[in-house]
Amino acid sequence: MDTTAIELIDAQGVSFRELNNRIRQALARGVSSVRLANVNGQRYICCGFSVDRPVEVEIRGIPGNDLAAFMNAPITIRVRGNAQDGVANTMNDGKILIHGNAGDVLGYSMRGGRLFIRGNAGYRVGIHVKAYKDRAATIVVGGTAQDFFGEYMAGGVMAILGLGRKEGEPIIGNFLATGMHGGKIYIREHIDPRILGKEVSIFELDDSDWAELKALIDEFAADFSEDLSALKKEEFIKLEPVSARPYGRLYAY
Amino acid sequence: MKLYETPPEFRVKIDKDLCTRCKRCNMQCGFGVLSYDAKEDKIVADHHKCVACHRCMVYCPQSAITIERNTHAYQDSGAWPVYLRERVYKQAATGGVLLTGMGNAAQYESIFDHLVLDACQVTNPSIDPLREPMELRTFLGSKPSSLQFETEKGEYALKTEVPPQIRLETPIMFSPMSLGAISLPVQKSLAMAAEMSGTYMNTGEGGLHKDLYPYARNIIVQVASGRFGVYDEYLKAAAGIEIKIGQGAKPGIGGHLPGEKVDDQVAATRMIPPGTDALSPAPHHDIYSIEDLRQLIFALKEAVEYSKPISVKIAAVHNVAAIACGIARAGADIIYIDGFRGSTGAAPTIIRDNVGIPIEIAIAVVDERLRREGLRNSVSLIAAGSIRSSADAAKAIALGADAVAIGTAALIAVGCRVCMKCYTGNCSWGITSQRPELYRRIDPREGAVRLANLLRAWGHEIKEILGAVGVNSIESLRGSRERLRGVGLDRETLDIIGVKPAGVGY
Repeated sequence: MDTTAIELIDAQGVSFRELNNRIRQALARGVSSVRLANVNGQRYICCGFSVDRPVEVEIRGIPGNDLAAFMNAPITIRVRGNAQDGVANTMNDGKILIHGNAGDVLGYSMRGGRLFIRGNAGYRVGIHVKAYKDRAATIVVGGTAQDFFGEYMAGGVMAILGLGRKEGEPIIGNFLATGMHGGKIYIREHIDPRILGKEVSIFELDDSDWAELKALIDEFAADFSEDLSALKKEEFIKLEPVSARPYGRLYAY
Repeated sequence: MKLYETPPEFRVKIDKDLCTRCKRCNMQCGFGVLSYDAKEDKIVADHHKCVACHRCMVYCPQSAITIERNTHAYQDSGAWPVYLRERVYKQAATGGVLLTGMGNAAQYESIFDHLVLDACQVTNPSIDPLREPMELRTFLGSKPSSLQFETEKGEYALKTEVPPQIRLETPIMFSPMSLGAISLPVQKSLAMAAEMSGTYMNTGEGGLHKDLYPYARNIIVQVASGRFGVYDEYLKAAAGIEIKIGQGAKPGIGGHLPGEKVDDQVAATRMIPPGTDALSPAPHHDIYSIEDLRQLIFALKEAVEYSKPISVKIAAVHNVAAIACGIARAGADIIYIDGFRGSTGAAPTIIRDNVGIPIEIAIAVVDERLRREGLRNSVSLIAAGSIRSSADAAKAIALGADAVAIGTAALIAVGCRVCMKCYTGNCSWGITSQRPELYRRIDPREGAVRLANLLRAWGHEIKEILGAVGVNSIESLRGSRERLRGVGLDRETLDIIGVKPAGVGY
């Protein structure tokens, strides 16, 4: 088994089912890296994949919806372009690096692994992301994100860096963290509390938060080969839920 | 003692002459009704807490306990039934949403009770199932529109690739009930009984406990809006995967498993930290359309490499026929429809009792619409939501279901008294409680035998029905509404369900 080999796959005109089969076969042969060229909207790439060793998948082109859905493996997927909706849906383990922008419903119910987006993200990012034991879903958006960021968030860490914005462009949309009942969100801007869900409050970062955030920025910068050290001197805010039982008093027993 | 606004619903009477003060009843009650008063040397009851679950009565060695409805006079009012007045008192005191468990308790008439089955007389012979083979085996999954065969060395072989199927030895499954809603020993009973009977249990949205993995071949796992406990091994272990969109007891409503029910065991299975609320959002936030549903169906098919059928569970609502067709076109292999009498571990009372439509009507309109659109063979239909007997099961199948699922009936088989207090976590029978001292009361093996007995009995009864109807397989009754007649149903309802009134021949 040659574990250093690189497999090249031309995805031009290949159906998603066939494409996944070819990636699976390559990984079964023991290759350490798979490079997909001419990806043009194929859905479900690496969906439900599980391998027991670290491997890399590089995507050139635009992967379709549900990239790395249900993935539970130490796979690093690097997308050299934009991604569509549903990236890392219910992902348990793995790392997704998107050099461009990504669409809506990213990281839905993710329980572990990392999702880094260098550009902007769409609506409903990080809904119901979780943490469990040694796993914690981590999502970092380099640019901006739209409404419902972190809705129902139950655990893990999300950060939004607001890089490359136009003058006056908001860092985040409305209904931020509605129903959040676990985890943390870091935002590189003071926000109007009116956009927040009523279950969360704005806090200052303590020392351990700063350590966590700085490590995250360093990792993000290294993954995209950039120098973002200036970010570490900027002001961030932290969102945390006020209660792990937001609806505890809603019912009459 | 707490001041209550209304008189107790039930009274616990203890016969002082029979009572030996053994205090077993104190231990048996999960709701803390009974205690021993040492000064008076007697068992005393806090009647307000009693839910009439019978646990103390059944376990009193002297049969000294009786539970009675506490009849108390209210001024009569046609407009204001007592239960509505008492709800207002409770809500005025608490400001809370009323919670309940089990299925719809409102006074709607059952359509099953107005349907009768046919039987053979003289001109066509009935069949004796005790002496002749009778087929209950059912396959759930998408069926091809046509079959092609090939010959090899004179032998015929199937050429058409048939999509994955789930094989049932009896057309009755267990409905989805999560760990959290019910206890682990009850889930084990269901899993063992499913294995013994050749049918399936369903995890609900609560993950698959590690103790249940050995039974995974008889387990369908759910993927719901909170995605609790969903990970690759869970998907790969199961016989089938079900996307839960809705539930008959609470269509359109999410789930809140309160933090106090999330102990280490529930937390590990759902893969969340202990003590936190497990919130299932009302919709899947990645599904806002049939196209989105198709995306999740195929994500799951990809994840398991097309090796098992994907089911979609919905509640029976007004537009159920059109929705079901959308689900079929989205690529589902099975549609599970839960009628408005379907049960729940916890739901707002007002939703449980007022939202959705009866399963009898939903089966008929979905079956009809799928046939009309040429989709019926592409999906199997599971009907649930008040299948209370083998007769209900047979009628549901005659109306067009491929199989039925039972939840409440299964829980009654392991001791449930339908006290509707599942949401409190105090179930004295240990069925819906996560308190170890209570759930240890269920012996999984004994529960499994009781459940398998129930399925065996209902299976025999269905065979008797088939024999009387004059057919020798459940396949021949399926969707055969000509073998049903309505008694006391209005013309419009009969038209909608495609059944003739009693008195009309073929």
